[in-house]
Amino acid sequence: MDRRDFLKKCVMVVAGASIPLSALTLVDPRKVLAANPDIQWAFLVDTNKCVGCGFCVKACKTENDIPFDANVTRTWVERYVYTKDDRRYVDSPKGALNGFTESRIDLGKGEFKEIDPKNVGKAFFVPKLCNHCTTPPCTQVCPVGATYKTDDGVVLVDRKWCIGCGYCIMACPYAARFFHPVLKVADKCTFCYHRLSKGLQSACVNACPFGARRMGNIHDPNDPITQIIMNERVGVLKDEFGTKPQAFYIGLAQEVR
Amino acid sequence: MKSHVWRPLYVVIALVVGLLVFRFFYVPHDFSSGKRGFMYSFHRMSNEAEWKQQPAKYGTTGRERMHEYCSACHGAVVKVRSENLHGIIPCEDCHGPAMNHPEAPEKLNIDRSRELCLRCHTNLPYTTSERKRIPGIDPKGHNPGEQCVKCHNPHNPKLEDMK
Repeated sequence: MDRRDFLKKCVMVVAGASIPLSALTLVDPRKVLAANPDIQWAFLVDTNKCVGCGFCVKACKTENDIPFDANVTRTWVERYVYTKDDRRYVDSPKGALNGFTESRIDLGKGEFKEIDPKNVGKAFFVPKLCNHCTTPPCTQVCPVGATYKTDDGVVLVDRKWCIGCGYCIMACPYAARFFHPVLKVADKCTFCYHRLSKGLQSACVNACPFGARRMGNIHDPNDPITQIIMNERVGVLKDEFGTKPQAFYIGLAQEVR
Repeated sequence: MKSHVWRPLYVVIALVVGLLVFRFFYVPHDFSSGKRGFMYSFHRMSNEAEWKQQPAKYGTTGRERMHEYCSACHGAVVKVRSENLHGIIPCEDCHGPAMNHPEAPEKLNIDRSRELCLRCHTNLPYTTSERKRIPGIDPKGHNPGEQCVKCHNPHNPKLEDMK
């Protein structure tokens, strides 16, 4: 054995001895995924099923301690009425906390518009909530780092750190944020993060009798919600803003924004 | 060495150092970014756990497992209800949040108001909406001011079975 061979074999022995046994076991991707699940929460709204009962708004306000009387809400339902002479009306009195119990349209500032039932062309209801955007403008503008997107795709507000400046409320293109009148911080839909982490459905999904609201993990291809989003015709709100919303709508009309 | 250039510079350096020291003690140490980076998720990491610890109020009476939890004790009522038109409505929508019922709250606060029924049963002239499938009344003409549950049984709302 010459010196070259000796050195070669030395290197081989050292390299072989330095490989730990664990490196030789095969990795099962399903086991790895189960230990660190790749979750991206997404919301699916079926506007065809909504009747505007407002149970979702009531449940949300109860679950998350949002004052009932204050005109703020994390989720709300909008009513769209198109008349046969091509006028369009939208309203959401109190965010539909008590549903829509009158046929007249709330124009705001105490004004109402009664529409002749014979003149109503089409009408429908659209539930709205925070879209939990993939690139949320609200978290970018926060000057103190009090609002953020979690790894599982939920946009949250740090109530202890928020200074209540209101930048994020102005930055949201969907008007999904509001100023909490009691806690004096910015507040918004959390997808009921406390319920999700306990394995429960969010309060509004739980309360909807018609199945108009659903929620799922968009990174799981076998999730029924993901199946619908991938295979059926769904839309998002204000796509042109580039916020990549994670709330998808079935039966979205052009006027709904 | 005295210099009109160096002396204000010391003041600036002292201010910067002071600011950094203040920041070190004031800003929580678990401030960092998740996998989404600084722009979207620079935050206090412990806040995620704070949100998760919030108590839940509503149980699971929604569409997925709606009749399971309540029928364990109230089986007879739930059976009547689930066979009827109102079977799609989660119990908690009218009976109130029941996460830790029957411990706390011991008794649920049932909403028997007329307004609750009118959420769905106000007649709106929207023939193209899903609302058209639900029978509706004119709230101003149909026994105004009365509670609906005085005549109608919410667990079995069929008109032919009305008491």
